[in-house]
Amino acid sequence: MNDALDVAIRLVVVFAVFMVLPLVIGQTEHKVMAHMQGRLGPMYAGGFHGWAQLVADGVKFAQKEDVVPAAADRRIFQLAPAVALLPYLLVLVAVPIGPSEGAVGQVVDAGIFFVLAVMGVGVLGSLMAGWASANKFSLLGGLRTAAQLLAYELPMLLAAASVAMAAGTVSLPGILNAFHWWWLPWQIVGALVFFIAGLAELQRPPFDMPVADSEIIFGAYTEYTGLRFALFLLAEYAGIVVLCGLTTVLFLGGWHGPFGADGLGWVWTLLKTAVLAFVVIWLRVSYPRLREDQLQKLAWTTLIPLALAQIALTGIVKVAIS
Amino acid sequence: MPEPTVRQMPVLAADYFHSYSVVGLLAVIGVLFVAVAFGAGRLLRPVVPTPEKLLTYECGVDPVGEGWAHTQVRYYVYAFLYVIFAVDSIFLFPWATVFAAPGYGATTLVEMFIFLGFLAVGLLYAWKKGVLEWT
Repeated sequence: MNDALDVAIRLVVVFAVFMVLPLVIGQTEHKVMAHMQGRLGPMYAGGFHGWAQLVADGVKFAQKEDVVPAAADRRIFQLAPAVALLPYLLVLVAVPIGPSEGAVGQVVDAGIFFVLAVMGVGVLGSLMAGWASANKFSLLGGLRTAAQLLAYELPMLLAAASVAMAAGTVSLPGILNAFHWWWLPWQIVGALVFFIAGLAELQRPPFDMPVADSEIIFGAYTEYTGLRFALFLLAEYAGIVVLCGLTTVLFLGGWHGPFGADGLGWVWTLLKTAVLAFVVIWLRVSYPRLREDQLQKLAWTTLIPLALAQIALTGIVKVAIS
Repeated sequence: MPEPTVRQMPVLAADYFHSYSVVGLLAVIGVLFVAVAFGAGRLLRPVVPTPEKLLTYECGVDPVGEGWAHTQVRYYVYAFLYVIFAVDSIFLFPWATVFAAPGYGATTLVEMFIFLGFLAVGLLYAWKKGVLEWT
């Protein structure tokens, strides 16, 4: 009975994190982008600096008519947002936030492997949406998504493999237990490759060619309205949480901090994740969109060679010190 | 020594199934969440379809031709490349957990460079063939 209660509490916490953190990041994005562009951003909803803007958006989305185009593949079209969203929920359960045994939703032995595999499923949602909409712009967006996934999954995988080599395990808590501060400079190239490839998988600017509004309206999501559209947006922000959390755990030492690792471990994890999320927003404001051929070129001719070099470096150092 | 292995096996298997059953439970919660959201949405929103609304949206003008249009798929070669590389990379993970274990060391390191060499040569070949050029 106790075990069941324990599991239930964990699941509720994971679900709450999944519901709340993406909204926090979304609201931060509203405000940070606005201030970087010399605007105020939302100021009205909720009174204090527009804190309830996303709640208001949610209420609006829930009341909007749900239009499924007559030409669309109805079932697939309606299912796509769920397929895009749920994988990120499943990934969150495996991300450890503190040093103790219990500070993780559930220890999954396959760790990195599980996480990368499940994250890959999320992109299927975009593909389903792009194909099922029966819209030329959606189709183009879906195909661009596919190309982007193919190009960036690989450097991400290789960079993650480098960490697994360094730690000698694929379990996420195991990696954190093996972490030392000097992994930071040692794995820095892998970290950059992982983070950039992750951004590209989330289709965040400057890698937002699949949803480029000036060319293909909103890519695979063109035909969506109301709640289903909102779920796609939620998936994007949940993706930011997951990417930043994983980068923190794999490359930045997770709950390790200069002091107070035992009691305050989870604060370090959240802090690092928040800083990375800020960087994600910052990049959106700073960089123009990459063209499709530049996207592919960056992945195949820069990130993959860099990731391979990182693996070689990791291998040499690891054998040298053991 | 087969005996300790035999004794540990059920425990390991139980852990394994426990962790994935928790993941499965979370998946059920996620599906429920989506179902409830869609169900609630159905109750809250208006349903006033008109033929114009159900038309495919293409910048406001009536769509020309079908939605599932012909398009030039330039990246099917990338797809091949990806499959080749990804299948290779999968093998890195089990190897990564043991390559520095006592008794391996230099041998596995040489193997790693052979492996990386294969990948690099493959990439260079694709590059030289012009596969990585978009146009």
